Amino acid sequence: MAITEAKKMTTLQVKRFKPSENPTNNYLTDEKGVWAWMTTVDHKKIGIMYLVAVAFFFALAGFLAIALRTELWTPAKTFIEADTYNQLFTLHGAMMVFFVLVPSIPAALGNFILPMQLGAKDVAFPRLNLASLYIYVAGAIFTFAALASGGFDTGWTFYTPYSSDGNGAGVIWVTLGVFILGFSSILTGTNFITTIHKLRAPGITWDRLPLNIWALYATSIIQVLATPVLAITILLLAFENIMDIGIFDPALGGDPVLFQHFFWFYSHPAVYIMIVPGFGIISEVISTFSKKTVFGYWAIALSSLAIAFIGFLVWGHHMFTSGQSAVATTVFSFLTFLVGIPTGIKIFNWIATLYKGSIDMKTPMLYVFIFLFLFSIGGFTGIMLGALSVDIHLHDTYYVVAHFHYVMMGGTLMALLAGLHYWWPKMTGKMYNETLAKISAVLIFIGFNMTFLPQFVMGSQGMPRRYYNYIDQFTPFHQTSTIGSYILGVAFLIILYYLVKSLFGGEKASSNPWNSRGLEWQSTSPPDFHNFDHTPVVINGPYDYHKPMEEFQLGLAVSHNGHDAEHTSTEVEKTEEKA
Amino acid sequence: MANHSANHPAHVQHHFVDSDQQFDSAKLGMWVFLVNEILFFGGLFCAYIIFRAWYPELFTQAALELNAFWGGVNTVVLIGSSLTVAMAIRSAQRNEIKGLRINLMITILLACVFLVIKYFEYEHKLHYGIAPGSFWDPTPEKLAILDHPKANIFFSIYYMMTGIHGLHVLVGIGLMIWIYIRAGKGHFSSEYYTPVEITGLYWHLVDLIWIFLFPLLYLIE
Ligand code: HEM
Ligand SMILES: [Cu+2]
Repeated sequence: MAITEAKKMTTLQVKRFKPSENPTNNYLTDEKGVWAWMTTVDHKKIGIMYLVAVAFFFALAGFLAIALRTELWTPAKTFIEADTYNQLFTLHGAMMVFFVLVPSIPAALGNFILPMQLGAKDVAFPRLNLASLYIYVAGAIFTFAALASGGFDTGWTFYTPYSSDGNGAGVIWVTLGVFILGFSSILTGTNFITTIHKLRAPGITWDRLPLNIWALYATSIIQVLATPVLAITILLLAFENIMDIGIFDPALGGDPVLFQHFFWFYSHPAVYIMIVPGFGIISEVISTFSKKTVFGYWAIALSSLAIAFIGFLVWGHHMFTSGQSAVATTVFSFLTFLVGIPTGIKIFNWIATLYKGSIDMKTPMLYVFIFLFLFSIGGFTGIMLGALSVDIHLHDTYYVVAHFHYVMMGGTLMALLAGLHYWWPKMTGKMYNETLAKISAVLIFIGFNMTFLPQFVMGSQGMPRRYYNYIDQFTPFHQTSTIGSYILGVAFLIILYYLVKSLFGGEKASSNPWNSRGLEWQSTSPPDFHNFDHTPVVINGPYDYHKPMEEFQLGLAVSHNGHDAEHTSTEVEKTEEKA
Repeated sequence: MANHSANHPAHVQHHFVDSDQQFDSAKLGMWVFLVNEILFFGGLFCAYIIFRAWYPELFTQAALELNAFWGGVNTVVLIGSSLTVAMAIRSAQRNEIKGLRINLMITILLACVFLVIKYFEYEHKLHYGIAPGSFWDPTPEKLAILDHPKANIFFSIYYMMTGIHGLHVLVGIGLMIWIYIRAGKGHFSSEYYTPVEITGLYWHLVDLIWIFLFPLLYLIE
């Protein structure tokens, strides 16, 4: 419907687009005060609040990681007890996965950017959007209650029987917390799917959808299909602890392997909930900073959906050693290899986009290169782990730890940083310090590889994961890793410093500092409460870098988005005079 | 906003261009949510299938403890309520607010009947100590019938499935009371009845899930 309307419109009215610089009014000045923020339904403010919450949990979980690495400085006890160590790595993992990576890109950056890239005023269900934030906070409160009532040391995977025999109150609280948190993820996914289907501005046809939107679309589908399975699993686990229902607990006749199946049926797709939105950011940033149309638009768009689909069929690769049948392991191994294909397609298309582009090495682009490097290592080692005989040797070693840090931190987090720096001027209206940003990016690259590269070596030599002690031969590897983690810590502090500083003293950002063709950049920085002065009619694709900026135009919609053509005349003329 | 025009009816939220867009969005959102619900219950069904495949004799034996007659009555009650909720939507579409309220009221009553019957079924079982998990403590006569080491797991699954379903019924009742009140305040008309429509969708799903639960739990032999 929107397509035909747009065609009609483009022949009617086209206004050269020029967003005003230094707008007097924007979404930040629109309503003020704590109460206004807490009750806002503006997707931009909700995105910002999510960003703050995610940053808070990242800092907390990161702090725990530093403590863990410090403990591993020596083969025996360094400064904390073994039981505390178990609790700390559990908390670190659970927080990083459920409170940081899963919501980070969709709920924080996605919330802010998605409606803007669609030319919409908000997401389809703004109140549900706010509710999802409060649900997130409620989940956090439950997790802290778990800590207050004795903690939990099951690992982030909550395997039974660790999580069922006499672990008591801590496990009940945290499982309920994760259960609650799931709903915030589900609400975000539902909201995004509906928004993408129903709220696109006229002219944004499916083949003009920014790749970031395709990625968020694929992510939302996974969120909606996988998260409820986690919800029921974790609810059953809570009841296992509350009243011994005996479904997962082997002591009561239940089946722990069934728990693993249920858990990974969610959690493998969940790794794609974490990485696929990152893919979206990479596509946007690569195109903007190489000033080129993305190579293989459909290949990138559809491979996200392919990943979402195949991602549902590979969960068994986490259970090669758990007593699955030989047939099942073989099939799961084969399907795991298949997942590598759409992922590889993306990488090749990004590289092809760079080819002969005029590459501008700004900070976001720097992070993209770091991403490409680290994520490729993470992906390849994943394929290795998917090979049966290799995995028997490597399962539950530091090799796996290194693999998932290369994909989750080297992939998702680097993409998040790329996106954060890319959209920071849009979100805050301020520029950050480019030099400090580049320095910290390089520090992160060095620190990251120092931390996790030795873990591949240790793992392949047999160092098991989640161990408090280790044999002397691993000391140099562990110590290198620990020093690397300190470098990472410093780098993140620098980022925090210059980002906060930019808020107060930063240079004002123009509406489109990167000369991007993306729709979100055709509005003011920071955007107006309604995102755009007028509902835009989109005439050009999101990556039309072959057109000079002056030729890059947005149409001006009549009232009602062109849904009823009678109301064209007067209002349009008025606004044109103003412009 | 320059685009805010005079004919932006009160019920249309600011970020929608018109009533149709709002209606379509709400409906799509509800469908997505229902997919969610299906996967949520899917986990329970999956657990059911696995334990039934392992202990088929336990399931047929234990199912005899469930009262197929009252289960059947409840099935009829819920199907009836699905009909009345559909009629409520139809009334709204034809701008018959009185009919809307009457049909909603009947639906609410039927939902309550369902819960009352369910309550007596639970009550009856708990009376004999047939309770979930750690409360499992059957009286000797029941123990003689339910002579199986995993008998408690069947009832754990039974209570989880019907309990979570019952919770959905309760939520449905709450939603319908809310709509009933709003209808009384004149919020709905043939122009705007989105909440009625999507609550109806939800209610059909609650009904549908019971239609699967009933034979799987009560009617196996
Ligand atoms: C090419 C794609 C990938 C393949 C083939 C792959 C394969 C695997 C395999 C086979 C394992 C199990 C290793 C074992 O436990 O023995 C594993 C573990 C893991 N992977 Fe990946 N992976 C891929 C991408 C990712 C991505 C993108 C993420 C997250 C963003 C991720 C996160 C994880 C995590 C968290 C674990 C460890 C879970 C645990 O036991 O705690 N993987 N991967
Ligand atoms: Cu996996």
